[in-house]
Amino acid sequence: MLSFKLALRNLLGAGLRTWLNVVVLSFSFIIIIWTKGMLEGWDRQAKSDMIKWEIAGGQLWHINYDPYDPLSLDDSHGKTPPGLTFSSSQPAVPVLITQGTIYPEGRMLSVLVKGIPPDQKLLALPTDKLVNPDEEVPAIIGKTMAENAKLDTGDYVTLRWRDKNGTFDAKELKITAIFDTNVPTVDVGQIWIPIDDLQSMMLLPGEATLIVTPENTGPIETNDEWTFRDHKFLLADIESIIRAKGSVGMIVWLILLMMAMLAVFDTQVLSIFRRQKEIGTCVALGMTRGQVVKLFTMEGAMHSVLAAIVGAIYGIPLLLLQAKKGINIPLESSDFGLAMAEKLYPVYSAALIAVTVLIVMTVTTIVSYWPSRKIAKLNPTEALRGRIQ
Amino acid sequence: MNNEPVISIKNLKKHFPSGSGRFTALNGIDLLFGTGEFAGIIGPSGSGKTTLLNIIGTLDAPSEGEALILGRSAGSLSAKESAALRKSKLGFIFQTYNLFPVYTVFENVEFPLLLQGIESSQRRKMVLDALEWVGLTDKIKSRPAQLSGGESQRVAIARAMVKKPAIVLADEPTANLDANNSHNILQTMEKLNRELKTTFIFATHDEKVIGYVRRKIFLLDGKVADDEIVNKN
Repeated sequence: MLSFKLALRNLLGAGLRTWLNVVVLSFSFIIIIWTKGMLEGWDRQAKSDMIKWEIAGGQLWHINYDPYDPLSLDDSHGKTPPGLTFSSSQPAVPVLITQGTIYPEGRMLSVLVKGIPPDQKLLALPTDKLVNPDEEVPAIIGKTMAENAKLDTGDYVTLRWRDKNGTFDAKELKITAIFDTNVPTVDVGQIWIPIDDLQSMMLLPGEATLIVTPENTGPIETNDEWTFRDHKFLLADIESIIRAKGSVGMIVWLILLMMAMLAVFDTQVLSIFRRQKEIGTCVALGMTRGQVVKLFTMEGAMHSVLAAIVGAIYGIPLLLLQAKKGINIPLESSDFGLAMAEKLYPVYSAALIAVTVLIVMTVTTIVSYWPSRKIAKLNPTEALRGRIQ
Repeated sequence: MNNEPVISIKNLKKHFPSGSGRFTALNGIDLLFGTGEFAGIIGPSGSGKTTLLNIIGTLDAPSEGEALILGRSAGSLSAKESAALRKSKLGFIFQTYNLFPVYTVFENVEFPLLLQGIESSQRRKMVLDALEWVGLTDKIKSRPAQLSGGESQRVAIARAMVKKPAIVLADEPTANLDANNSHNILQTMEKLNRELKTTFIFATHDEKVIGYVRRKIFLLDGKVADDEIVNKN
C-alpha cells in the first residue's frame, strides 16, 4: 500500500513526463485492441458471409466430389437421396456443378456452371432472378466475375459444355442479375443457372453434385453415395486463412507491445540513472533497498494502469462507435487474399480487452522490474552523493 | 551534555579498497556521544568526517572495531534492522538538501512519517508542527524548485526532525548557503536541540557551524586529533 501510494505520488508529481508515457502507452492499448478487434470482425464476417451465401447448415456431397479437382466433376453427381427430410419451411437446395467455357466479347473463359433451384430461400444468392419467361437460359453472376468477363445485366454470352456422354454443346445465356458478395467461392469464375436447365443440358435429370442443408437440421443419415460435410469441414479453409492472417496480426501486436515496452524501459533506466540521489535519500530515511526496488517497479507498472484509464476514457467511445458504424475499406476486396466487405465491423469482446490489458500490465511490470533490480546493488552512500555507479 | 551515551564508538576502523591495496579512512576512533549533544566533527576534506557520519547513520558498516548506535551495533545490523533504526531514530540533513523534486514541501516532510505508517490526521499535525519549527508553514504547497537554498535546507531540517529522532546527522549543512541563511539554519537547529533534546552531530569545516557547536571533535587522517567541549553559558 505504501509503495502504491508513493508510486502514485511520484508519477503524478512528475507531471508531463508521466503523462507523455501514459498517452503513448494508452495509444498502444487502443491500437492493439483495435487491430485484434478488426481481425476478429473480419474473421466473423468472412465466416458468417460464407454460411449465408454458400454453406447454410452444411452440405451433402456426392462421394466423388472434390472441389479442388475439376476433373472429378464428370463423375460427381447422383440422384438426390430419397430418404432425406429437411425443414419444410426451408427445403434443402440441390446444386449441380459442371465445367464450361463462356465466350464474352470473343474471349474464352473457363467457368464452373452451377445449377440451383430458382425458388430456393436458403442461400443469399438472388436466384429469383433465374426465373425467365423468355426462351433464353437465365444466368446470374457475381460482381468480380462480371468485371473479369466484362459482362453486364442483359448481356448475352455463349456457354459451351459437355454432357454426361462427353458430347459438346453450346447455348446462349442471358445475364439477368449481378450480385455483390464477399464470398469469392460463389463469385469468381462461376455462373449460376436454373438447375432444371443444367440437368437437361447435362442429360442428368433429378441429379445433383451437392445438397445445401438448412441450419439446425440435426444429424443426417447418409448412404454410400452421399456424405455430410459440416461447418467445421466446410469452414476449414477459411479458418486456416484466418490463422495465417492471425499470425501477421500477432507480429503487428508484438511490434506495438515492444514499442510501448521500450518507452517504459527507457523511462525506468533514465529514472534510475537520474534519481540516484533520491534513491540514496529513500534508503537514508529508512527504506530498505528492496522497498525502493518495489517502489520503482510499481511506478513503472502504474504507467500501464494510468494508460488503461486514459485509454478507456477516449478509447471506449471511439471503439464502440467504430463497432457500431463500421470502418470503410477503400480497397477492392480482390486485392486481398481474403475477401473483405466495403464496411468492416470490428468485434471487441470483453475477453479481448481483459487479456490485452492483463498482458500489457504484466509485461510492463516485468520491464519495470528489470532495470529496477540495479537499485539493490547501489551503494547508498555513493547514491546519496549522486555519483553514477 | 547528558551523560547517558546514545553513540558509543570504540577503536573504529574503516578501510576502502584502493587499487591493489586499501585506503584507511578511519583509523581507531574512540568517541562517546550523549543525549542532547550539539557536536561538530571538524576536519579538512578526506579526514573521514563523512565516513564516520555514514557509519553512525548505519549507511555503512565498520571494517573493524565497534559502533553502538542507541545500543545497537552498526556492524551487526541486517539491512532491514538498520533501515528500521534509520526510519525511527535517525534523521539526516545533507549538504545538497536531497529533497524529492516532484513532492511539495508538505509531502517531503511527510515522507518519513509515511514510512512509519503514522495515521493521516496525526501525520498532518506533525508535519505542520515541524514546518512551524522552521518557519515554513506558508510554503507547504511549494515544490523544491520554487524555494531558495535556505528554505530548502529548512525543509530538510523539518524532514529530519518531524519524527523527533534521537540523533540528527548533518553533513556540511551550510556548505551551499550564504552567511545569513547559514546562521538562520544553525539557530533553528540549536533551538530544536535545546527544546527536543535531540543529539545533533555535524560533519563540517565551516567556521560558522564551528561557532555554534558545543563540542568540537577534530579529525585528521582518520584519527581524532582533538575533542574539545565548549562552554557556552
